[in-house]
Amino acid sequence: MFLLQVLYIFIPMLAAIFVPFIYKSIKNIHTGWFVLAVPATLAIIYATYIARVAQGEVFYDGIPWIPSLDISIVSYLDGLSLLFSLLITGIGSLVVLYSIFYLDKHKEKLHNFYVYLLLFMTAMLGVVQSDHLISLYFFWELTSISSFLLIGYWYTRDASRFGALKSMMITVFGGLMMLGGFILLYLMGGTYSIRELIAMAPNLVQHPLFTWALVLLLLGAFTKSAQFPFYIWLPDAMEAPTPVSAYLHSATMVKAGIYLVARFTPIYAASELWVWLVTGIGLLTLFWGSFFAVKQTDLKGILAFSTVSQLGLIMSLLGAGAVAFHVNGAADSVFKYAAFAAIFHLINHATFKGSLFMIAGIIDHETGTRDIRKLGGLMSIMPLSFTVAAIGSFSMAGLPPFNGFLSKEMFLTAMLALQNFEFFGFDTWGVLFPIVAWIASIFTFIYSFYFVFRTFTGKYKPELYTHKPHEAPIGMLISPMILASLVVIIFFIPNIIGDTFVKPAVQAIQPFLYDLPEDINIHVAAWHGGLTPELIMTIGIVIIGVLLFVGLPKWQGIYNLFPRALTLNNAYDKAMYGLDVGLNRVSRLYMTGSMRHYLLYMFSAIAVISIGTLFAKDAFSLSFEGAAPIRSYQLILIVVLIIGTAITIFAKSRLTAIIGLGSVGYTVALFFVMFNAPDLALTQLVIETISVALFLLAFYHLPKLGKREERMRFQLNRAVISIAVGVMVTLIALSAHSQKLVPTISKYYEETVYSLAGGGNIVNVILVDYRGFDTLFEITVLGIAGMAILAMIKLRMNRKEKSHENK
Amino acid sequence: MEIIMAFVIGFLFMAAVYLILSKSLLRIIIGTGLLSHGAHLLILTMGGLTGEAPPVLKDGAKTFADPLPQALILTAIVISFGVTAFFLVLAYRSYQELETDDISLMRGSDEDE
Repeated sequence: MFLLQVLYIFIPMLAAIFVPFIYKSIKNIHTGWFVLAVPATLAIIYATYIARVAQGEVFYDGIPWIPSLDISIVSYLDGLSLLFSLLITGIGSLVVLYSIFYLDKHKEKLHNFYVYLLLFMTAMLGVVQSDHLISLYFFWELTSISSFLLIGYWYTRDASRFGALKSMMITVFGGLMMLGGFILLYLMGGTYSIRELIAMAPNLVQHPLFTWALVLLLLGAFTKSAQFPFYIWLPDAMEAPTPVSAYLHSATMVKAGIYLVARFTPIYAASELWVWLVTGIGLLTLFWGSFFAVKQTDLKGILAFSTVSQLGLIMSLLGAGAVAFHVNGAADSVFKYAAFAAIFHLINHATFKGSLFMIAGIIDHETGTRDIRKLGGLMSIMPLSFTVAAIGSFSMAGLPPFNGFLSKEMFLTAMLALQNFEFFGFDTWGVLFPIVAWIASIFTFIYSFYFVFRTFTGKYKPELYTHKPHEAPIGMLISPMILASLVVIIFFIPNIIGDTFVKPAVQAIQPFLYDLPEDINIHVAAWHGGLTPELIMTIGIVIIGVLLFVGLPKWQGIYNLFPRALTLNNAYDKAMYGLDVGLNRVSRLYMTGSMRHYLLYMFSAIAVISIGTLFAKDAFSLSFEGAAPIRSYQLILIVVLIIGTAITIFAKSRLTAIIGLGSVGYTVALFFVMFNAPDLALTQLVIETISVALFLLAFYHLPKLGKREERMRFQLNRAVISIAVGVMVTLIALSAHSQKLVPTISKYYEETVYSLAGGGNIVNVILVDYRGFDTLFEITVLGIAGMAILAMIKLRMNRKEKSHENK
Repeated sequence: MEIIMAFVIGFLFMAAVYLILSKSLLRIIIGTGLLSHGAHLLILTMGGLTGEAPPVLKDGAKTFADPLPQALILTAIVISFGVTAFFLVLAYRSYQELETDDISLMRGSDEDE
């Protein structure tokens, strides 16, 4: 059975292959019913592991992927992975069930939806079970891609595409940062296996790359889990169908970052920076999300900000849990509560937030709007939905008898403990932690009430709804009702959940504290038998929360005081727009379309790089040794050449320039004569003659229109660059001449030209015998040129004919 | 002699680049002509100019000019001639079609695509 453990991850992906066939061939039955079997089966399979994992057993299975690079897909099931796997498959089953009633089988493209969803399921299972860094990254990006596809499911809507793109940009940015962190971890530890890295954690802290690896990894976790300031993609991702929001954006994908932080806590917990960043950013996100959730008018918007806030809460608890690493006797200290509370709240959040999203979807489905300003008075019309919403909201607010109360109490305990922690400067700044947590909890309370009471109580306004409101079909309500009953059940039996799920997970997060899950002696209790500080704080939250909720219309105006220009969404939009426009401007700046400009860039780059290298490497040298003697007639020829060249440059008319070029060509032929190259001289004379004739031909056919026979205008940049190129060539020629490293091989030709090749003219023998291939292809070049010229002249399809043909 | 030739070749390159950076298509091709002259002379000069006799076997000659650079230049001359001829006809055709030889006016526009 364990041999199949890796394959379980891929079961949803394999099942996805069959979805389109089922969708096309079986039209009468909703495709979701077939899909439902996949997560349900997997959930049952993973449930069989529970008992043994709770005993501290771990299950390990791997298949090689790229063995030569030491890359394999390794499935590793311990308490933490199993908990996540059960959440993914369990809530996945409920979400598929819900989607069967939510998505219309005739109107929606169900095959797309379920293929994406199953792909996502494989990706998430892979993320939480991978013990190999590279395969973890592979599945991580697969979640980004499948979530992109799911958010953009209704791709004809602008907002869906915008939200999908935004989430893609942010999470892929984080994913790439995380890959960087992984590679650094590999460089530090020499292994891709997370378990082996954890085993060598004490050595890694000293490594100079440690801080970089930490920050990059956290960037990945924070972007995925929508932490401050990367949370901005989550509210926009609410354009996805509600089952997707419930599944991805409350229960699973956004918790991938939480998983990452929890999984790597044993490696990084020794670092002060880790504790500060995870706790600090988590608390900031908690406060920020809860504060702005009250401002939202869209039901899913409230839930999105609430998710951001709750993820911040879990994150801060994981940070506080890492403190346990630094405390002597931590196994008995209060910080062990933090990790416990984090995992406990993770479960609780998945239950109540999943149900709330489904209720939001039901309301949208039944009334046609999600705008909270239009909603109201639905309690008597949708009593079941109201009950579920109330249970979920009260749990979110942290009220008994719901599971949110228990995790809220533990959260406050951990935050109160942080201020007494005499380390890393927590004793001075630590007092802020419980205060921020407390204020954030008040806002959590307010938006929870806001969500449920604005929707279900107050005035009933049927004229605002597109549909006639009525209770949702029972099939749609099954999933939220299951989740809501879990919310209540967990409150009454927290220790069963704690022993079976939370303790094995905590043992995975804090392996330095416990050998077995049973060693964690935490007993969750709703009533601590007295007026503990946490209870007083909770009472305060309720009292102030109720007061503020009642007075909400009076102070809601403060949200308008917050300038729109300073919001993070605005910053993101500005940054994207700025990048787009700015880069466009940059490329327009140098991509002028003018060939002269490009030539200017090229020549200046060549000159600067060559001359720079010449002097940077100290390669310039000048030596007169071995130089041929200078003769007077040679000097005369040089003067002639220079005059010819100058005429070519400064000629007013092009005819003069052509004749100047011709004179240069003939002078070069004379040089060839002088330097003992008779074949060259012959060829040069003939070819120069033909070239000049061709130039004259081209000149003769110059268009009369716009013909200007004026002298070329002098331009400084041209002059500077051409002088630089000339200087470069001279310097390179001088240096090359002065540093002859090897003798010429021409002695061989001279000695064997007659004996081997039977010829006397060495140049000709080289051309046709020693190096005949050069000549073959040079003939080919001439042939191609001739054919191309013929084609250019013969094949004339002018613009008018061409445009005519196109029509 | 090689030292002086290095300066002459540098001058040829300078003139060639100056012409290539001009607006008129004909002058650009004249510039490429100068550029190939410069390159050919550079190859010859770098091979050494000390030889006393042409590289043709005959009695009495002690040192020959290096034959290898000459063979290379011969190949290069023919190739550059082929390319120049092609370019010139191309320029001639573009005069006919576009009725201009000013390359600053020759820019692709979106309609062309």
